[in-house]
Amino acid sequence: MEVIYQNALNIEWQQLVMWLIGGILIYLAIRRDMEPALLLPMGFGAILVNLPMSGAVTQIYEGATEIGILNILFDSGIANELFPLLLFIGIGAMIDFEPLLSNPKLMLFGAAAQFGIFFTLSMAALLGFQMNDAASIAIIGAADGPTSIFVANYLKSQYIGPIIVAAYSYMALVPIVQPPVIRLITTKKERLIRMPYSNVKISKLTKILFPIIVTIIAGIISPRSVALIGLLMFGNLIRECGVLNSLSDTAQKVLANLITLLLGITVAASMRAEAFLNLQTLMIMGLGLIAFVFDTIGGVMFAKVLNLFVKHKINPMIGAAGISAFPMSARVINKMGLAEDKHNFLLMHAVGTNVSGQIASVIAGGLILNFFS
Amino acid sequence: MNIDNFLSTLPIMGLGMLGIFIVTAVIILITMALNKLTAPKANEEKEES
Repeated sequence: MEVIYQNALNIEWQQLVMWLIGGILIYLAIRRDMEPALLLPMGFGAILVNLPMSGAVTQIYEGATEIGILNILFDSGIANELFPLLLFIGIGAMIDFEPLLSNPKLMLFGAAAQFGIFFTLSMAALLGFQMNDAASIAIIGAADGPTSIFVANYLKSQYIGPIIVAAYSYMALVPIVQPPVIRLITTKKERLIRMPYSNVKISKLTKILFPIIVTIIAGIISPRSVALIGLLMFGNLIRECGVLNSLSDTAQKVLANLITLLLGITVAASMRAEAFLNLQTLMIMGLGLIAFVFDTIGGVMFAKVLNLFVKHKINPMIGAAGISAFPMSARVINKMGLAEDKHNFLLMHAVGTNVSGQIASVIAGGLILNFFS
Repeated sequence: MNIDNFLSTLPIMGLGMLGIFIVTAVIILITMALNKLTAPKANEEKEES
């Protein structure tokens, strides 16, 4: 009889808190449709790894170590950066760079909207985090899950669990985080600025050469980012080349789904109560919010400064789409534009800016690695 | 509060943003050149339409 309830006596209050956190993540995924493909597996995994003596993670039973399946997946998929890199092939295959290629200057907003990364780096350093941890926390501002995992893991941050939770949570919260910040720093007159979209025809050759050239440039300037940007652009090249449609389709759907399926629950291996429930986790959640807010401010303020010099004014809201959270941020900006003026369609500009943020965030990740590894 | 750490990140902030803008500027220039070099000629466009 004792065998049945013996393990229940091992339950600690910290584990109960982690069950609650897991439950909240599952709730947000199902009821609020917030990044369900990641938050649901992470939520379930948070419960799974916080069962007393859970066999899903490595445990010592009677002096013998038994390796848990989630630790095996973590070591073979995240500790060596394999999962985020493979996921980038799928993401690259999903991205259409045409709106960006039609108006390459939009890339400047993608660059400006990485400001939150570096601002958060300073804030994390001020709060006393070690530099490798501060840099890993800062990369939450890349608004891009795979880049966050890659950098945090590369810099051997001890806070990889909270960092990933914060990165994906705030990506899902973009529709809540960005609008009030944008309204706070723009005037109604600025939000009403219309931007006509000229549908420039982009040649197939340009679409094929673009991913190759971006890989070469980013690889030369920031060699540590070349795995990330290279696989992102490889996926895009498969999409644009026109002779690998079946592979492109597989990368966009099967590959991305498979990796996503395993990624969330594998990340949960780092969400054990003893490593997760501490003041640092709360601070990381706060710093993640700061990163997203200052990304938004960076993009919007850059557009406002540009407006001082250009003839055709830019709606500064599109600067906010320079964060990488694709396509949520572009949708948010388009919706805000339509809310101000139902004939003000900013979607194509916002999408172009948003995909440029994807490139810029990877470059920022590479630069962070250059600085700190 | 670790002021020394904070101060040591300020040059990184400047260098980082500068680095992103430099890489971005290079990509923009090359993309513009690509667009110009590979743009369909006027008579090709007419033929297509």
